[in-house]
Amino acid sequence: MMAIRRSMLFIPGNHPGMLQNGGVFGADSVILDLEDAVAPTEKDAARRLVGMALKNADYGDSEKVVRINPLDCDGAVDIAAIVPCAPDAILLPKVQNAAELREAAALIASAEVAGQKPVKIIALIETPRGLANALEIAEADPRVVALAFGAEDYTAGLGAVRSKEGGEILTARALLINAAAAAGIDAIDTPFTDANDDAGLAEDAGLARRIGFKGKLAINPRQVDVIHEAFNPSEKEIDWAERVVFAIEQAQAQGSGVIAVDGKMVDAPIVNRAKRTLEMARMLGLKKEDGQ
Amino acid sequence: MKTAQAGTLESSDIMITLSPQEPGDGVKIDIDSNVLHQYGEAIQAVIASTLAEAGVKDVWVKAVDRGALDYTIKARLLTALDRARRAA
Repeated sequence: MMAIRRSMLFIPGNHPGMLQNGGVFGADSVILDLEDAVAPTEKDAARRLVGMALKNADYGDSEKVVRINPLDCDGAVDIAAIVPCAPDAILLPKVQNAAELREAAALIASAEVAGQKPVKIIALIETPRGLANALEIAEADPRVVALAFGAEDYTAGLGAVRSKEGGEILTARALLINAAAAAGIDAIDTPFTDANDDAGLAEDAGLARRIGFKGKLAINPRQVDVIHEAFNPSEKEIDWAERVVFAIEQAQAQGSGVIAVDGKMVDAPIVNRAKRTLEMARMLGLKKEDGQ
Repeated sequence: MKTAQAGTLESSDIMITLSPQEPGDGVKIDIDSNVLHQYGEAIQAVIASTLAEAGVKDVWVKAVDRGALDYTIKARLLTALDRARRAA
């Protein structure tokens, strides 16, 4: 079954009230954050609290992800404490190259307890070097299921000026999406940092989806619904996907692999996209089970 | 073991202060909570069992509770213990 990560919501890791309520916002993933949201003197406390929250809090259907600290800042201690508490995935920050990713994967493997579901890795790409190595990072270990983009640190690394329109990150977004697609994994977009600008978020998330992202990081619970709206397949897209799949099935029954829908030729990648759209619509309850 | 503290006074949290006691003094637990009547005993029980699991025998625990769930109480107490032992 494909994973849906339209929204990945950060929850501060040393905040009991927010940790216990993290499941109520309907985010596809919650990211319990041990890194930027936690003061250096409270890292130990957050590690204990997030471990307990993983075992006790109800996150509903949300994927449970923990953002650890970088490996050179006690990330290995985080892995040893958090992995046995059975998160679905670790969000690894500031990944620069495949060697770092493999080091984290080895630490995770040795921290897993018998019978535990393998912990996935989402690599956060937020430096110019990390972006330059995005494909090797994506392919470094089978645990890697997504690349996520962190634009704030990345643009600081470039010396670029951050803007709401995001012209300065368009190339980076495209490169990251391409690396993820080449590796056959998801690309997740950088958060929209103005939590009070819903229209701006809708526009930014819409752009992210059109250029190939599968979801977006969220820094505030109120962003979740707007992001879902942007990443949900539209009625028109579902209708198109149904017609593509129907046409290809008919063509195959007649011994032909080539079809046209709406006057445009449809080949395998298009059929795959249509199938993904339909599966997503079905999983999200946007489509009747019997289609048509 | 030295005196150590963990947690905050924010809603849903608990602030725990541990002070070492002389050997043989045993465990003393003082709780201040806005839900003391309903949950005082439950909070006491979580603290006592967590200390017992950790093998701590002589300590004074002062807890200022702001409606923390059991797992939060446990996490804060274990953090305070880590810190008390590290400071020693």
